[in-house]
Amino acid sequence: MTVLDPTTRRAGLLDAAEPDPDAHRGRHGPLPEIDLVTELQRAGLTGRGGAAFPVWRKLAAVSPRTTGSAGPSTRSTFARRRAAAATGPVLVANGAEGEPRSAKDRTLLTHGPHLVLDGLEAAARAVGARRCVLLAHPDVVERVRPAAAERGIAVVAGDGGFLDGEETAAVARIEGRPPVPADKTRRLVERGIAVLNVETLAHIGLVARRGADWFRSAGTADEPGTMLVTGPGGVGEVELGTPLPEVLGEVRGPVLVGGFHGAWLAPGEVLRARLSRESLREFGAAPGAGVLHVPAPGRCGLVETAEITTFLAGASARQCGPCRNGLPALADLLHRLAAGHPHTAPEIARISALLTGRGACHHPDGTVRLVRSALRVFATDVDAHLRGGCLATGQSSPPHAEAPR
Amino acid sequence: MTHAAHPSPPPSEGLRIDWTRCTGRGVCAELLPELLDRDDWGYPLPREDGVAPRGSSAAPGRGGGIPVPRARRRDAREAVRLCPRLALRLEHS
Repeated sequence: MTVLDPTTRRAGLLDAAEPDPDAHRGRHGPLPEIDLVTELQRAGLTGRGGAAFPVWRKLAAVSPRTTGSAGPSTRSTFARRRAAAATGPVLVANGAEGEPRSAKDRTLLTHGPHLVLDGLEAAARAVGARRCVLLAHPDVVERVRPAAAERGIAVVAGDGGFLDGEETAAVARIEGRPPVPADKTRRLVERGIAVLNVETLAHIGLVARRGADWFRSAGTADEPGTMLVTGPGGVGEVELGTPLPEVLGEVRGPVLVGGFHGAWLAPGEVLRARLSRESLREFGAAPGAGVLHVPAPGRCGLVETAEITTFLAGASARQCGPCRNGLPALADLLHRLAAGHPHTAPEIARISALLTGRGACHHPDGTVRLVRSALRVFATDVDAHLRGGCLATGQSSPPHAEAPR
Repeated sequence: MTHAAHPSPPPSEGLRIDWTRCTGRGVCAELLPELLDRDDWGYPLPREDGVAPRGSSAAPGRGGGIPVPRARRRDAREAVRLCPRLALRLEHS
């Protein structure tokens, strides 16, 4: 995988990463003693695994030391705090990286594992964690073992599967249960477990040393800092709010933003979009875990979406009926649509509506988001396919197929 | 229980489905036909004309569950009790 030059104006994660432990210690020194949760609240760091949840809130929620600033105090909050205080919270560093087009977590664990482990150690100290576990993609698990062992951090190998990083599946794997998503009746923080993406932890490692003001010197006021992006040229570090064309370089065309659970942007939308939740919301997209997927030149977006949906159907844990039955049905319909079968789009819309919100995890919803965005962005191409053509490949289109509609 | 015992309005209740347990046996849809339909594969589906629009945050599986009107609470409790997969819960919201 290629590591790109960061586009950020200030030195960030990739610049600070040192693969060698002595070089890392020599350069960064020991972790200072600070009020980390307060510093993270000031920094405004959000989770970089895809959900963009405020990190300080997650840590405060599992910390027996927190005094209720993380949210309204309820019976369950009280019970949870009492339970967590008795045993101490568990922190999970999530480097499962199941997203097929993402390589940033592996890049980080390869080039800067000590920065990730610093963040884990700082967070563990802040919440009084009794145990830290690093879940790592199988490609990098052996590389991070020695560094983790040095700090007494357990390492668990993931399987690289799409749902492996879903946080309840990650916890199930660590606890020795089948690694599938769980029903969310009882939230993980109520069990004293916080799952944090490895990039999030690396940011924590830097915030602990350089402070919130330094972190906020990049990005926007509402979405501060940088994030790692896996794009057509490899992995790079980008300030939140950077225009997408700047991130993509010379690449043009429709872009799938946010990975396989993300949303397509039309070429014209890409030109005026920025890498931020605020900007991408307009297009029904989000930065997610920073994946920007661009189909190869001449590749049909509808065929691409059908193939991704087939992959997602195969990635289902097959626990929940609507997902187990609906995703293969959806994939089949998309292949039929790409093949030009009539009356397919309304049925895709109907099945999509059947899946929304009906599963233990986000897998059906994420898949539906992808499919709906494809129907929106490639609407003109759907018509071309119905007439036996294709706008992307220019294949056997009747003369009127490319006329503006 | 009389209304006098409830000086403040009672909390609303929602029906929540554990999708990892549900196998679409259909007992709930049979007991609560006003609230639940069945999808193409037999799994419970909140009625579009019912109180929980599909795909909203009140959709089953996450969030607050399918709102159960007062008049249907007895049937909802029965559905929870009779679900052969123990996949239903009534939650106060």
